[in-house]
Amino acid sequence: MTRGTLVIANLRRRLRRTILTVFGLATALFLFVTLRTFLHTLQTVGDVGSESRLVVSNKLGIVFPLPLAYRARLSGTDGVAAVSYASWFGGIYQDPSNFFANYAVDAESYLPMYTEMVVSPEHRQAFIADRAGALVGVRLMERFGWQVGQTVTLNGTIYPGEHRFNIRGVYEAGRKGFDQSSLIFHHRYLEELSRGQGGDGLTGWYVLTVSDPNRAPEIARTIDAAYENSSAPTRSQTEKAFNLAFVGMYGNIGFFLNAIGMAVVFSILMVAANTMAMSARERFAEIAVLKTLGFTDGDVLKLVIAEALVITGLGLAVGLGGAMIAFNLIEFDMGGFVPGLSVTPTIALTAAAITLVITVASGAVPAWQSARLRVIDALRYVA
Amino acid sequence: MSLVEVRAVSKVYQRDAVKVPVLDGLDVTIEQGEFLALMGPSGSGKTTLLNLLAGLDTPTSGTIHVAGEEMSRLKSKQLAAWRARHVGFIFQLYNLIPVLTALQNVELPLLLTPLNRKQRREHAATALRVVGLEERMHHYPRQLSGGQEQRVGIARAIVTDPTFILADEPTGDLDAKSAAEILELLTRLNREFHKTIVMVTHDPHAASQASRTLHLEKGALRGETVRDSVPAGGAS
Repeated sequence: MTRGTLVIANLRRRLRRTILTVFGLATALFLFVTLRTFLHTLQTVGDVGSESRLVVSNKLGIVFPLPLAYRARLSGTDGVAAVSYASWFGGIYQDPSNFFANYAVDAESYLPMYTEMVVSPEHRQAFIADRAGALVGVRLMERFGWQVGQTVTLNGTIYPGEHRFNIRGVYEAGRKGFDQSSLIFHHRYLEELSRGQGGDGLTGWYVLTVSDPNRAPEIARTIDAAYENSSAPTRSQTEKAFNLAFVGMYGNIGFFLNAIGMAVVFSILMVAANTMAMSARERFAEIAVLKTLGFTDGDVLKLVIAEALVITGLGLAVGLGGAMIAFNLIEFDMGGFVPGLSVTPTIALTAAAITLVITVASGAVPAWQSARLRVIDALRYVA
Repeated sequence: MSLVEVRAVSKVYQRDAVKVPVLDGLDVTIEQGEFLALMGPSGSGKTTLLNLLAGLDTPTSGTIHVAGEEMSRLKSKQLAAWRARHVGFIFQLYNLIPVLTALQNVELPLLLTPLNRKQRREHAATALRVVGLEERMHHYPRQLSGGQEQRVGIARAIVTDPTFILADEPTGDLDAKSAAEILELLTRLNREFHKTIVMVTHDPHAASQASRTLHLEKGALRGETVRDSVPAGGAS
């Protein structure tokens, strides 16, 4: 027998309580890590955007379109190297819970601009050649078990009706964090679908490549000034800023997630502290016996802290391990809603640090009480 | 030199604003290899004296020397180490750790010694053999009778080969048969292994097993009974 045997034996004393406490901690830590990971992903979404691409959208908001007629003038703007455009489609595959991004693009100009979308030459050619063709991210293909050549039907939300798309190719991310869960199709197909529904000659937003990223702010100002007094004034910004603004549509989500995260941490602390206090209080007589045998106050303190450490350590292993398996290994992306979720080393270290704080905070009081316990008083706890 | 010398020891407990004297200028000497019984009515101070001898409490005044060492000079940590080395304590209610087996309970004090794992196990098994429980070493306390639990408690008290054994009413919670077995075991430890034993008891028959009995009343020594020989076979 070792002192470790004593610690484990004590934890097995009320096995159900120990297991429930460990799983309570694990659940709370999993939730905390998930919230932090989600928040981190939202905060870093801007990093995926390019500084050399400008997004031009309607000044009134992203849901308001811009005339396709702007394309020629934008192309002629000094410093603009290429122009493409895209429109949000908002189609639903079978069930609203199967959310994923789907939008129409001007393929001929869009694909050369987004070199991050890696497509084989065959798939690219097949997609370009098919009027109703679609290019699908590899994660989305895996998610629904789709095959190249398959026809999928999306129910329109903005454009009512059932719309069929032929999957002609698959794209992969050329760099980490780039979305792989979208479906894109031809803008001219969208124009056909939306004819007579008020969307003729319109697009959702433009994407511009600038020849010199340092001139991006100046070019953006020039474009916005040019359309300031038009019926559809523009708002131009780098793609990075655009992505962050898109995230901003969620509102002050960071504040809420942080607040929930802190509430979770506080709850864990209360649960762990209560368990440790109960566990120590029930054993005051036994602690007195240990002291009678010659265990010092320090020995007793270490035993109680060790018990807290085992409980919180197991909670951390299950909670953090579960989150890392879910996000880093299985790459769970909340049904495609938040792709690229990944537990970073910083988040893992934060969870470990919180666990350590919980260990000390929950174990400190019962450990101190046990250490300070007078043997002759404690023996009176004997039933 | 005597093993234990208690000189002019007084103990006063503070209960809120009231001072409660428990021991009053007590002088006691205990010789090496002696089996001493402490008797007296409740509140006479016998358990308090036992706690003082074990270093679990400190006297309000007076001195206690054990094996030439004055206990009042020891700090808390030193006192713990001293207890581990010199004292084997037997409780009335056995006070075994319920989640440990008999063998593990007996091994517990050995965790404070430099013995390795194998040696600890061997020592604990030997102690259980001495008390006649080698067949039950892997049983948990709940699987043992009261008498067997107390024998495990005795094995735990002797496993470190302490300077003396302190027993606080070791038969107080046992039936007559088990009590007789425990007294016989203590007597054997005293006679065969020359263990110094100090036993608190209410039971005159239990006290009759000791070589000497001190009678305490209201914190003072009221009498002493010395026996040249004790009845064989323990309590009836």
